[in-house]
Amino acid sequence: MGGPAVVVVGASQAGFRAAEALRQGGFDGPITMVGDEPHRPYDRPPLSKQVLAGTQGPGDIVLTPAEGGVDDLDLDWRLGATATALDLAAREVVLGGGELLPFTGLVVATGAHARRLPGTDHLAGVHTLRTLDDSLALRKALDGARRVVVVGAGFIGAEVTATCRGLGLDVSLVEALPVPLERGLGPVMGTVMADLHRDHGVDLRLGVGVVRLEGDDHVERVRLTDGTVLDADVVVVGIGVVPNTDWLEGSGLTLDNGIVCDETCLAAPGVVACGDIARWPNPRFDEVMRVEHWDNAVEMGGHAARTLLAELAGRRGEPYAPVPWFWSDQYDRKIQLAGRSGPDDEVKVVAGSLAERRFVAMYGRAGRLVGILGMNMPAKVMRWRTMLEQPTRYDDALATARAAS
Amino acid sequence: MRVVVDFDLCESNALCMAAAPEVFEVRDDDFLYVLQEEPPEELRPKVEEAARRCPKQAITIEG
Repeated sequence: MGGPAVVVVGASQAGFRAAEALRQGGFDGPITMVGDEPHRPYDRPPLSKQVLAGTQGPGDIVLTPAEGGVDDLDLDWRLGATATALDLAAREVVLGGGELLPFTGLVVATGAHARRLPGTDHLAGVHTLRTLDDSLALRKALDGARRVVVVGAGFIGAEVTATCRGLGLDVSLVEALPVPLERGLGPVMGTVMADLHRDHGVDLRLGVGVVRLEGDDHVERVRLTDGTVLDADVVVVGIGVVPNTDWLEGSGLTLDNGIVCDETCLAAPGVVACGDIARWPNPRFDEVMRVEHWDNAVEMGGHAARTLLAELAGRRGEPYAPVPWFWSDQYDRKIQLAGRSGPDDEVKVVAGSLAERRFVAMYGRAGRLVGILGMNMPAKVMRWRTMLEQPTRYDDALATARAAS
Repeated sequence: MRVVVDFDLCESNALCMAAAPEVFEVRDDDFLYVLQEEPPEELRPKVEEAARRCPKQAITIEG
């Protein structure tokens, strides 16, 4: 073997952006991209929206580099191949078929998988949504359905609910918390999200859990903790994800709700992690975080690759200090959140109004601005987001925003 | 370098403005305005970042 070789495990958004950044950074050695799905890297956000609605197909969501085409990256593909072990001492990734992939540098971007409701594996008609195949299977199931029950009013559940309503289906949305997204947005903004669903004819069931799904081979009913029984042709479960770290057990990497990295995305010498699977101390927030957002997969993929290139050159990478940001499209509303808001933060509307469902709100904690939430006001969210990049007093942020509105 | 935006795809997420404010501006009407269709070469890294971070992959760089 000649010069250094890189293996990227995870043909995901993060893995793809890492490979792109390696090439952009001048790495011209072999890059092997391992993915357990049969597909080349694709964009996940449309899976709960356009792909599920049938307005986009698999060909519309293929990821491409910022410049040129996928083939320009000259990647050595191992698709439909599952990494089963990592041997750090031998510097090899073991694939399911027994193939060994030697590496000088390794990018781990194996993401996460959707959590399932226990005891439902034998029932047809129960879906989770994470992959392209999940989305196509759910789309097919919705074709003959009339009544859908969505369990979990997080962003996936909310988007699936909105898409199903757009398809003319009856939807019950079941959430264990008193309002949707309470942990992230707090009770006031959670209520705004609840009202958005109700306005669109959703049968919203808050503060109740699921006792069990009933049916012989195919799900027929959902029994709730308050005794209600909901008829269902299809059930969609959106109750969070679990990082895909099983294959790394015993590898020597530190695993704790993801792969624990340093502030540069380094998990071990010559090994970086990025995307949903990576937990790292974000110096900007003084918090060890794992971020499941699309934007973080893009950014962290590139950052981890640059750290790896620095490592291979005997230098140290830069700290990764992003302001987390994400968006969610539900019905005709675009919801954006920048920063890290929590349920106990103070929250004030600084532009627009809750009544017209077009507003920007700012979250404050201990006198400091910590988050900005927008609904159908993307320009203002992005403009004010820069206030999260350095410590900003909450009062100052409110005053600046109000003066500009 | 020429910047092309597919306005059928663009949803004014405004990530491009955060990445390259010299080239992209989403105004208070929440529409995207391309300020320079042929930006100078030194802005290429920023424009590339804007293309990568666009949630709709609506930005293409030609040349």
